[in-house]
Amino acid sequence: MATTSTIRWLALGVALALGSPAVQAQPAPIKIGELNSYARQAAFTVPYRDGWQLALDEINAKGGVLGRKLEIISREDGATTGDATRVADELVSREGVSLLFGSFLSNVGVAMADFANQKKIVYIAAEPLTDAITMGQGNRYTFRIRPNNTMQVGMLVDQAKASGAKRWAIVAPNYEYGQSAAAAFKRLIQERIPGAEIVAEQYPALGKIEAGPTVSALEQAKPDGIFNVLFGPDLTQFVREGNTRGLFEKATVLSLLTGEPEWLLPLKDEVPEGWTVTGYPWDQITEPKHKAFVDAYRAKYNDTPRLGSLLGYMVVYMIRDTIERAGSTDTEALIKALEDAKFDTVVGPVTMRGIDNQSSMGAWVGKLALKGAAGGMTDWAYKDGTSFMPTEGEVKAVRKD
Amino acid sequence: MDPSFLAVQALSGLSSASSLFITACGLTIVFGVTRIVNFAHGSLYMIGAYTAATLVPRLLEFSFGPTSFWAGILLSALIVGIIGVIIEVLLLRRIYGAPELFQLLATFGVVLVVQDLVIQIFGPEDILGPRAPGLRAPVEILGRRFPSYELVLIAAGPVVLGLVWLLLRRTRFGVLVRAATQDRDMVASLGVNQAMLFTGTLFLGAFLAGLGGALQIPRVSAHAGMDLSIIAEAFVVTVVGGMGSVPGAFLAALVIGQLQAFGILIFPKSTLVVVFLLMAVVLAIRPYGFFGRAEIVGGTHAIGIASHKPLPGRTYILLVVIAALAAFPLVADAYLLKVATEILIFALFAFSLQLLIGVGGLVSFGHAAFFGLGAYGAALAVKWYGASMETALPLGLALAALGAMLIGAFVVRLSGIYLAMMTLAAAQILYAVAFQWVDVTGGDNGIVGVWPSQWASGPVPYYALTAALTLVTVLLLRRIIDAPFGYALRAARDSEARAEAIGLRIRRHRWLAFMISGAAAGLAGGLYAFSRGSVDPSLLGISTSVDALTMLLLGGIQTVTGPLIGAGVLHFLRDQIMPLTSYWRLVLGLSIIAMVLLFPRGLVGTIRHWQEQRA
Repeated sequence: MATTSTIRWLALGVALALGSPAVQAQPAPIKIGELNSYARQAAFTVPYRDGWQLALDEINAKGGVLGRKLEIISREDGATTGDATRVADELVSREGVSLLFGSFLSNVGVAMADFANQKKIVYIAAEPLTDAITMGQGNRYTFRIRPNNTMQVGMLVDQAKASGAKRWAIVAPNYEYGQSAAAAFKRLIQERIPGAEIVAEQYPALGKIEAGPTVSALEQAKPDGIFNVLFGPDLTQFVREGNTRGLFEKATVLSLLTGEPEWLLPLKDEVPEGWTVTGYPWDQITEPKHKAFVDAYRAKYNDTPRLGSLLGYMVVYMIRDTIERAGSTDTEALIKALEDAKFDTVVGPVTMRGIDNQSSMGAWVGKLALKGAAGGMTDWAYKDGTSFMPTEGEVKAVRKD
Repeated sequence: MDPSFLAVQALSGLSSASSLFITACGLTIVFGVTRIVNFAHGSLYMIGAYTAATLVPRLLEFSFGPTSFWAGILLSALIVGIIGVIIEVLLLRRIYGAPELFQLLATFGVVLVVQDLVIQIFGPEDILGPRAPGLRAPVEILGRRFPSYELVLIAAGPVVLGLVWLLLRRTRFGVLVRAATQDRDMVASLGVNQAMLFTGTLFLGAFLAGLGGALQIPRVSAHAGMDLSIIAEAFVVTVVGGMGSVPGAFLAALVIGQLQAFGILIFPKSTLVVVFLLMAVVLAIRPYGFFGRAEIVGGTHAIGIASHKPLPGRTYILLVVIAALAAFPLVADAYLLKVATEILIFALFAFSLQLLIGVGGLVSFGHAAFFGLGAYGAALAVKWYGASMETALPLGLALAALGAMLIGAFVVRLSGIYLAMMTLAAAQILYAVAFQWVDVTGGDNGIVGVWPSQWASGPVPYYALTAALTLVTVLLLRRIIDAPFGYALRAARDSEARAEAIGLRIRRHRWLAFMISGAAAGLAGGLYAFSRGSVDPSLLGISTSVDALTMLLLGGIQTVTGPLIGAGVLHFLRDQIMPLTSYWRLVLGLSIIAMVLLFPRGLVGTIRHWQEQRA
């Protein structure tokens, strides 16, 4: 008995061993490395993963790129700089990926940029928003898709001029992203609104806000304008506490990212109406290409898209275009194909500026409003990023390459 | 400053004090009776918040108004109480007699398991609970608006204190709890049903944790990081108040609540550090907190390396090991070399801890402090002084030794669980400093660009450097363990009184042990910083300390080679398994629990035990 079954197993093994080369007869796939904070920043990154998965499936269904399939090897980056570079090292030296993309937190993005420079591999920072990635810490291997802090804050400050608010308070998470956004705000508000002053600043640790004391400390300064950079659980607590204590009633509020569904949905019916925000009114965008994306996404996942979904979807298509134009996966060829390249994306044409590797993707700016049981955006407009980018002189002054 | 503002700020402080007390009170009662420092208490709090945030909106649909809200809160707390009972029956019951280290680790295993399970059950998104019906509108206090729910919370703290006091003073269960807190063995000898008593206590503790979490839902969204943030604060409250003392916890919570509320005005960027600083100051002045009392420590809890006859032919074994290490680059690719380098670094880290725990019997729960100091010392030298790797590594080591000297000076006055908590506090203070002193340490961003010198960069040279340094340090530590100094430490571990009686200066020996161990851990930290090219605050975090302890435990605490083997096995497994599954924490947590329950001797210890039994 035992012998028969052993022979059967052996036969199965031989069949499998002989069978697999037949499958591999087609060319090996192009491997791309991806890393993100899927555990700690799940609200953004899980829809983002769904987005890139959708694009990947579409591309491979049409035969891939350069006659080869695309394969994305995805890893958890632990939301810390050390873990992220460690995982990136594993992707590069064990998996042999051709380029890296991903990461959510800005500090992780900066560490990844440093890693890319050290290991001479292309890294596409899809989400991290700090200016440093394309400015002070920028290098020729690091590219960014989303509009950076200076660009998004610039769009908001333009809206603030009309309100006439002069006494501004800042509340921002105390890490790279919050610090960079606060610095950009201070710089731009002084340039563009004469007589504006900063009367209060609060920097709670990321994910550890004490909402009550923070709100009353801001209230104490009696600001007529508030600039908010909080997101995630910090934001929900801040908004609820601020609503209760009437912090927002007499003030103009500018808020980064709050119009994005990932941060707006958890607020439910407590959406602070009238805030001027950057966000993503996905249900009101009528361009046919975007509509097709939304329909495909909803059909596949039975869920509404977040901004992360859009970004993940866009990035993978941009990577496909890049590899196709480069004609190979060689790092130098990829860099050449990326610099000053034009991409036709779901949100319209996007250019990757060569001097700082910052794309011209824009953002939707509008006001928050309560629609039924949840929040949404009104009076919104898509602002192309080109006119908000740092000038060439500013870039050259801080970049070391 | 405006008096109305001060009043409102003080009220905010009172309401956080109340919430903190309700949670910490459960922790302190559980500790009083079972003597277990329950890391999983924060997880119970988190489960309470998640359960309430999911359950209460459903109940509110029945439109009974406030009744269903409060019923939902109580129901959630009851559910958490039952989960507490399950944890007691399945796990804690089996480890009451185990050394503190094993208990701490086992409950930390539960923390890891719960983190993954909560995300699986409740989903990755944060859940914002509903507001309490009837308490939506704010009240005016001196012309300022204040959330009325916070007033309810302020009242809830004293109410819970009163109820717990009644329970402890007026019921038979309470009498037994107090008796067990005073003398557990005596209660057992008097024929009290201990199983029932302990299960009941765990139910009460978990219920309070769940209640604390559930009461938070109108002000805080339930999210996956709440467990560790609350447990750190709850530890501070129980330790400052005196472990096992309910009124002490109340007083400590009041102090901490006010400290946080006003600390944000004075140091808006250093909110985390003040709390742990308070704990360090209190323990330095009163080693048992406000109302705690000295623990009876004896040889019973001491575990550590035992004396063995030296293996025959150990010189040859050593030579074989050196040859194997030297030959490894010939067969391994770049990535394997990277893994091997990290294993060597962790082996050194775990081995330095062995000197404290295995030899000295000093259960340090904050060994990451020295690892992190070494890493930061090296990275700061590179960042601020442009130091080369050759200068930065010794500087990191020196900073770690200096830190160990300072921390050790406070720690060696303590014993048992207070000692473990003091080391934890020290590590958390350093973590907070690294995290919030943004101008110097880069905060959450850490420091990047810490790459080795030209001659040592590349996988092979850096591996060789690490291997050489690790080998030399381990042999040196090994020599120290076998020297009279090591035997003096062991004597103090096994019987403090007798060691003192024969004229050993225990505190000075232990202090020295701290410095040596800290310096070795600092060297490991510096090597680690250069191998990764960056440092970040997580190197100083609780999970780094737990890593070292797990390696020690996995390898076997009674043997000298245990931590080296443990580091290799754990890091190799992590490297292999982590890319395959998103349930790494679940796997790790279950493994830790299994190790504590099934292999308390560790890998090397078990093998040696078999050999000895056969002999």
